Amino acid sequence: MAEVRDVDASKITEAVRDLCIQINYTIAEDMVAAVERAREKEESPVARQILDLLIRNQDLAAEGEYPYCQDTGSAVVFIDVGQDVHITGLDLVDAINAGVSHGYTEGYLRGSIVGDPVFERKNTGDNTPAFIHTRIVPGDQITITVDAKGGGSENKGRHAMLKPSDGLEGVTSFVLRAVAEAGPDACPPGIIGVGIGGNFEYCAMLAKRALVRKVGQSNPDPRIADLEADLFEKCNALGIGPQSLGGTQTVLAVHVEMMATHIASLPVAVNIECHAHRSGTKVI
Amino acid sequence: MSVEMLDDGRKRIRAPLSDEDVRQLVAGDVVLVSDTIYAARDAAHKRLIEMLDAGEELPFDPTGQIVYYVGPTPERPGHVIGSAGPTTASRMDKYTPTMLQLGLKGIIGKGGRGPAVRESLKEHTAVYMAALGGGGALAALQIRSQKVIAFEELGPESIREMEVEDLPVWVANDCEGRDYYGQAVAPWRKNELLPEEFHLPART
Repeated sequence: MAEVRDVDASKITEAVRDLCIQINYTIAEDMVAAVERAREKEESPVARQILDLLIRNQDLAAEGEYPYCQDTGSAVVFIDVGQDVHITGLDLVDAINAGVSHGYTEGYLRGSIVGDPVFERKNTGDNTPAFIHTRIVPGDQITITVDAKGGGSENKGRHAMLKPSDGLEGVTSFVLRAVAEAGPDACPPGIIGVGIGGNFEYCAMLAKRALVRKVGQSNPDPRIADLEADLFEKCNALGIGPQSLGGTQTVLAVHVEMMATHIASLPVAVNIECHAHRSGTKVI
Repeated sequence: MSVEMLDDGRKRIRAPLSDEDVRQLVAGDVVLVSDTIYAARDAAHKRLIEMLDAGEELPFDPTGQIVYYVGPTPERPGHVIGSAGPTTASRMDKYTPTMLQLGLKGIIGKGGRGPAVRESLKEHTAVYMAALGGGGALAALQIRSQKVIAFEELGPESIREMEVEDLPVWVANDCEGRDYYGQAVAPWRKNELLPEEFHLPART
């Protein structure tokens, strides 16, 4: 029998706190590289100016005084807990939310969460609660990924239960429609997370998880990688461009995740991340 | 004079704006906004409309003024403000015609506006301008002072009076009904790579 490893919940709180602050000020290298690539490839002079401004915005944020964007996001926390780990102290959800609260308060980040969606919509003040997705995995480590997800791009997410007969063509059209309709509201150029298959709720989760993959890294399945490349080319052919002022660089990457599905179903979900892609991972 | 023509083709504006001022701002123009603007977004607009319905006096007089759709991050000690880029404007579409009717002349946000707002901008001779979406850190540097003047309990959504210096924006929808976003994308669309439903009229 495997040895059980005790992990104090305060370690989780600390990791979440640090990630919340780090990702909102320092854009990760993979994202910085993706924006630079777009700057090199962009053909529209206006769009190149926009991309230069985004690079300046990254540099300014990295100085640690001003977050990259005033929408410092909802805290989406993916936590993979090794099955040989025993968490002591606070319970897991409280430990994560404590980390979000400390991070957003001490990091001068905006509280962007209201306590209920339709009654009072009162701001909770410290950006809690986080949206937490927990998996139990083999091993004795805890892996925490935080994505600070902007609301403007999140609002442009789309989900549909297509018919199996719609096939790849239907999926492609649905993804393009989502990107085209999002237009300037989703702050392009960003990352398009696509979930295909699973069931209603798994499909949305696939799209969300696709966003936190290293920017521009292809799916290991070559058929899915080909689909990503095709969607990437077509999304950019829309000509929306940075800030939707026209250009060749509408998306920085398209990440697709797939899963088995029911004989009657073809679920598809599109989750859009703006150019303020703030994501980071720590392992305990 | 509230609209100043600069040598490089840009225009600097300061509220209050008259109809005559607004007519000089054309879709695609790059504009530098200076002096006083008012920060208000979703929850503040909801409150403003409720106050109007209740016959109450608004916390500021919108006549000739500019509203900026922004919810900044908290300011660090010694700083005027935190990051302060624009939020999505279309969420305010429901409230905008009423604000324009009250005399508001300029709006700064990001993203497109619905047909009712574009019509209302024409009717009331007003202008919608877009700032750099997601450029929150850069925007903060153009803000010289700010104070909360209403709805403090709304936190980032409270109404603020701000003094800005050359906040860069571009005219997205002008008072003649022109739409910069609509004009900007078509020349870059590559119809040959796309399914027919996404084709736009060929480049001219």
